[in-house]
Amino acid sequence: MQSRPDYYIPSGSYWPILGSVGLFAMLGGFAGSLHGSIVGTIGLVLGLGMIIFMVFGWIGQVVHESENGYYNKEVDMSFRMGMGWFIFSEVMFFAAFFGALFYARQLSVPWLAGEGNNFWTGELLWPEFKSIWPLVAMPDPTNFSIPKGIIGAWELPAINTLLLLTSGATLTWAHWALMNKNRNQLIAGLMITIVLGITFLGLQIEEYYLAYTTLDLKLSSGIYGSTFFMLTGFHGFHVTLGVIMLIVILMRCIRGHFNMDRHFGFEAVAWYWHFVDVVWLGLFVVVYWL
Amino acid sequence: MSTTTTDLQDEIEKIDGHDSHDDHHHGPEPGLLRWVKTTNHKDIGTLYIWFAFSMLLIGGAFAMVIRAELFQPGLQLVEPQFFNQMTTLHGLIMVFGAIMPAFVGLANWQIPLMIGAKDMALPRMNNWSFWILPFAGTMLLSTLFMQGGGPAFGWTFYAPLSTTFAPESTDFFIFAVHMLGFSSIMGAINVIATILNMRAPDMKLMDMPLFVWTWLITAFLLIAAMPVLAGAVTMMLTDRNFGTSFFDASGGGDPVMFQHIFWFFGHPEVYIMILPAFGIVSQIIPTFARKPLFGYSSMVYATAAIALLSFVVWGHHMFLVGMPIAGQLYFMYATILISVPTGVKVFNWVTTMWRGSLSFETPMLWAVAFVILFTIGGLSGLMLGIAPADIQYHDTYFVVAHFHYVLVTGALFSIIAAVFYWLPMWCGRMYNEKLAVIHFWWAIISVNVLFFPQHFLGLAGMPRRIPDYSLQFADFNMISSIGGFAFGLSFIMLTYIIVDCIRNGKPVEGGRAWESARGLEWTQGEKAQYHSFDTPPSRATILAESSHISHEGQH
Ligand code: HEM
Ligand SMILES: [Cu+2]
Repeated sequence: MQSRPDYYIPSGSYWPILGSVGLFAMLGGFAGSLHGSIVGTIGLVLGLGMIIFMVFGWIGQVVHESENGYYNKEVDMSFRMGMGWFIFSEVMFFAAFFGALFYARQLSVPWLAGEGNNFWTGELLWPEFKSIWPLVAMPDPTNFSIPKGIIGAWELPAINTLLLLTSGATLTWAHWALMNKNRNQLIAGLMITIVLGITFLGLQIEEYYLAYTTLDLKLSSGIYGSTFFMLTGFHGFHVTLGVIMLIVILMRCIRGHFNMDRHFGFEAVAWYWHFVDVVWLGLFVVVYWL
Repeated sequence: MSTTTTDLQDEIEKIDGHDSHDDHHHGPEPGLLRWVKTTNHKDIGTLYIWFAFSMLLIGGAFAMVIRAELFQPGLQLVEPQFFNQMTTLHGLIMVFGAIMPAFVGLANWQIPLMIGAKDMALPRMNNWSFWILPFAGTMLLSTLFMQGGGPAFGWTFYAPLSTTFAPESTDFFIFAVHMLGFSSIMGAINVIATILNMRAPDMKLMDMPLFVWTWLITAFLLIAAMPVLAGAVTMMLTDRNFGTSFFDASGGGDPVMFQHIFWFFGHPEVYIMILPAFGIVSQIIPTFARKPLFGYSSMVYATAAIALLSFVVWGHHMFLVGMPIAGQLYFMYATILISVPTGVKVFNWVTTMWRGSLSFETPMLWAVAFVILFTIGGLSGLMLGIAPADIQYHDTYFVVAHFHYVLVTGALFSIIAAVFYWLPMWCGRMYNEKLAVIHFWWAIISVNVLFFPQHFLGLAGMPRRIPDYSLQFADFNMISSIGGFAFGLSFIMLTYIIVDCIRNGKPVEGGRAWESARGLEWTQGEKAQYHSFDTPPSRATILAESSHISHEGQH
């Protein structure tokens, strides 16, 4: 009870309003640029800049407050809950795309080929169509890019799986170092994790390049291409964010932030990284392997 | 405040070189910038509520256009395309702009006060949750002025209407939805962290007032459901602009998949809009029945049961799009199952009133109206949930009547009840009871004139979302429109009553506007202070202020 009155309530802040203006400019600008508006593109760039500035400014202020001892255990707990529930919301975001893949594979594609009581659907709409996954021959191929092949699970994706799993381990190794006050190991662990993450992204880019140039596997390759790129792309975006966050944490560690019992920032990023890891495992199994 | 705290803060100032610690002992910052920068839960609550109110008026204006067009058969006033834009934006604005933000506003004001907390757990993020809304609302409304007009595919934005056949402005709509969702998720995270982490240390979970409980569960629903909506609009975006075929059968996708994803969000969403209402009514009825709430723990469990079930019944919106018979049966039984916990709630409210010393001040009038009219909406929902019967009812005015009973006389009425109940505490002044009662009767009669005949229209087969109709529907439509205009006008009176209260209301003496009201929010003195609980209330206070345990034999 003693500590309650110490709960730190920050005074007024300009970061949120900057974030709102930035979001508005970025998303509105993006929508405009989709329809060829130059103003839209400018808005997109400006808005993105504002968001980046806001994120770093805001987090910078939080770090500053944290390092100067404004935060007590309860504040720490609020941050933890915030991060935990945020990750849960991300899980649900991914769930929508996983759900789409499941639905297409298990239900709509077989139905289109006449499964169950859908005999006439297949017969009347696209009698030639066969339900084969991976779906490379769409019901009506005219408007789509027909892939010559797909990305096999035991090529780049398997290497990527190995990379991400290793990075999870190295991050935990860094965490141990933090708990045991071993700074060198901490920094080394983080660096290895970051390098692994960046290598993962590099291979992912390689894979996309391969898909687009030699395989003709594109976003516009019917439902297979749609779910493939949506799931892996959204995941790749999260890995990118994770790497950026890891770099920030690395810099904080180099500056000597965090100690044994006060390192929420570190843990939050670690949670996020493990979450991205687990999502990848799911992806590997249902997108590449099965 | 303990010495350690002061020491710490001195220390901080020394390190910092400037005074950036919390403005705890000061009042609000002067000037308008206060509202932009604020991290205070009451300021933010106020912003939310006024924002919701202005959206209510805008959405209401759209509804007036709809009712004016439907006043008589034939195309009277507006183009069909514009009519569809009005129905679409009316729905979206009311759901995402009015009802949801109003509840978040109430949560902001009330939750810290009701659990003895100093503020919300994450005050800066709280500010951001709010300040995204005006921008998202602007983006949404701006679509009306764009080339090709605004979205005209209904608030449910089914593909392919919203993908292949939609105007360019749809991409702005998509991003507006993204922003609204982001705001809701941050708001919900804040609510959960506040309730779980900022509660007075001596308040156990089962000591919490029901409004707090219902919001805790609602916040969970929000965090689980809103991202799915974000996923749906993202797939729409890529289908529209980047060549994917999630909702396009010629590429192997399926437009029906859109409906599954949408309603997986959509049904929990309707409970997001009603659970806090249950909480409000559970606070008000005990006060004016002068009895503790009947069946507190069953209320908590019923709320949790409704919330969990709400994720597994979405198919009842899709009985007619084609679904295996086993699926129809499952969704029918699961839907009907929800009426059991809902029935528990209605039973508990009635039983709380049973043999109470009832008095009918305005908040109670609205709460009782809620119980009666929400039940009508629940019963029509039950009818709709019966798969074979829904073949007749689906996409008719019967559905329109159903969701307006649950949303207008349910969610909205609970919000109005809450405003009348807590306004005297928020601003330390009393509204004009006489006017408020007149306004109540005006609204309650007109809203029934507006929506009740829509049941008959629907049963007789009038489809929803059309600007014109055949002659046999003329009489009931005219009655409904007259009710609509009267109900619309009643909001001018409501505005007057509230503004009058804030500016000229009689000061409330002793701080407790209702002599039998219990709850920590009433222990703050004459008027809610700018900052809430500095020191958490004691266990004795918490128990004495409980509105659900019996206080007989005390005093
Ligand atoms: C007793 C519980 C309820 C049951 C059994 C129920 C059942 C249903 C069913 C079966 C439909 C689909 C009708 C059709 O399209 O043919 C429906 C529509 C709807 N319900 Fe409920 N409902 C209940 C409570 C609620 C509540 C509490 C709300 C909101 C606060 C709500 C809001 C809606 C809305 C907005 C729609 C229309 C969606 C659209 O635009 O198509 N319902 N309800
Ligand atoms: Cu439903």
